[in-house]
Amino acid sequence: MSNPAIELDGVVKRYGRTTALAGLSLAVGRGELVGLLGPNGAGKTTTIKLILGLARPTGGSGRVLGAPLGDRGARSRIGYLPELFRYQPWLHAREVLALHAELARIPVASRRRAVDEALDRVGLTERADDRVSGFSKGMQQRLGLGVALLGDPELILLDEPTSALDPLGRTDVRAIVRAARDRGATVILNSHLLTEVERVCDRVVILHQGRTIAAGPLDEVVAADGVRVRVTGLDDTGRAIAAAFGPAEVDGEWLTVRALSPGRIPDLVAAFVAAGGRVHGVEPSGGSLEARFIELLAEPSSDRP
Amino acid sequence: MIVIARLTVKELVRRRVVWVLAALTIVSVGLVGWGLDRLVTLAREGGSGELAIRIGVSQVLILIAFMFSFVLAMTAAFIGAPAVGADLESGVAYAILARPLRRSEVLIGRWLGSALVVVAYAVASGLLAIAVAAFVSGYGPPDPPLAVAFLAGQALVLLTLTLALGSVLPSIAAGAIAVVGFGLGWMAGVMAGVASALGVAALGSVAEASRWLLPSDGLWRGVIYGLEPPLVVLIAAGRAPGLIDANPFYAASPPPLPFVVWSVLWMALVLGAATWWFERRDL
Repeated sequence: MSNPAIELDGVVKRYGRTTALAGLSLAVGRGELVGLLGPNGAGKTTTIKLILGLARPTGGSGRVLGAPLGDRGARSRIGYLPELFRYQPWLHAREVLALHAELARIPVASRRRAVDEALDRVGLTERADDRVSGFSKGMQQRLGLGVALLGDPELILLDEPTSALDPLGRTDVRAIVRAARDRGATVILNSHLLTEVERVCDRVVILHQGRTIAAGPLDEVVAADGVRVRVTGLDDTGRAIAAAFGPAEVDGEWLTVRALSPGRIPDLVAAFVAAGGRVHGVEPSGGSLEARFIELLAEPSSDRP
Repeated sequence: MIVIARLTVKELVRRRVVWVLAALTIVSVGLVGWGLDRLVTLAREGGSGELAIRIGVSQVLILIAFMFSFVLAMTAAFIGAPAVGADLESGVAYAILARPLRRSEVLIGRWLGSALVVVAYAVASGLLAIAVAAFVSGYGPPDPPLAVAFLAGQALVLLTLTLALGSVLPSIAAGAIAVVGFGLGWMAGVMAGVASALGVAALGSVAEASRWLLPSDGLWRGVIYGLEPPLVVLIAAGRAPGLIDANPFYAASPPPLPFVVWSVLWMALVLGAATWWFERRDL
């Protein structure tokens, strides 16, 4: 990947005895819309904080927009919506955006236009002159999204951008994120709402215990599916047949084969039947990011790619 | 830095801190004026001499200044402690610190904005109280600008301490430490005076060292000196030159210049240390 937007190489972050990142390597190309996934405590927010320089790595190295991690100059080209989104409650929405436009070093001549555009994008034009203290959580999150989009930054980091939004708001966010990608921005969407990620991201990176456990285009990650088959009358032969198709596990009458593409499931069933087995049920697992995510987290670390 | 300082002043105005301070100034100056007017009128009716009345008024004014210095110190602590700490606790700081500015700009900008409000309060309230006292009693202290400058300096020391602690510790803890430090500093100042009057050199040097460690009490001496009529200084020098030093409401001389320079340097060092730590802190 030439000139990536983000490049992390073996980044380690420890907070006292707790290891938040255990040698994370990650590359995100320019113009990509990447979903950063993982269970609570996987290291997603820490990764974003390191990219922004809000925290310093204990080990490893990285570059953001061609500059070292935490570089101040690079931060003028980054938009950020924190997970803990709070803005000055005593300011008006327009004033919050004007403050960030000034801090982001947007030229004076284009600040007003940038603020108006941001308000319009997140649907807050009507409430622009209301104080943030009167905003609902969802509206504050919209405002935070506006702050992150202000001045069309090259890199946009969104940490749980839909956590406070209703379904309508989530649809809006999807459209906003896609529009940002379409104008060439790199977007990192950090979320544990997998369906959100599934709907908008080109690529996903799944973190677990501070490491990448899966990464790639969405269809490739999801395609690493499997199947559960309830079969009787085969004993050990069934396991041997299953093992020929992929990593297999036996749980009573159920045989699970992982990393099996959906197109090969009929072949597996045919092999069981040909060997004299009686097939009572077939449950393709995966097929969705959520199923794959759960599978990956359940795998012992030695089985991971 | 200027953006953050401006934001801080705006916050203190919007959160009605400035308006509350203005209202408190009007109320307290009104009470001072009324109290002194009653004191002077009743004393004159009772046949007290003008000289005695003037000395009495000067001492009341010093006591009022002491109370005001305490109120000012509390105000500085209440403004300084959450200036950085509360934004970190609430999360407001994250979006700001992700922008291309140094953390030192945030810390010093917060200090500048808060300092502007605290100094404006000290100057407006202090000078107005002195002017009202002069109007109703006819007594004007020898150097009101000097007294008010030291009053503001004392508040700035407290503001610096609480703001610095607030970037390291939770806001409530920072405020509590600063207030206790202010009280201990004043007590140490009193101890230094008593130790000096009694010739206890060892205790005197410890107490004196604490004045340099937290210069608020040393600056308070400058406030008294600016309010003390020269006549009182002369009488005191003639009657009990040693023992009078033990009085915490008496100062024969202003704080020495090296101490004033140290007080400014102390604020710079404390802010510098807080900045150094804040720059390296993981958020």
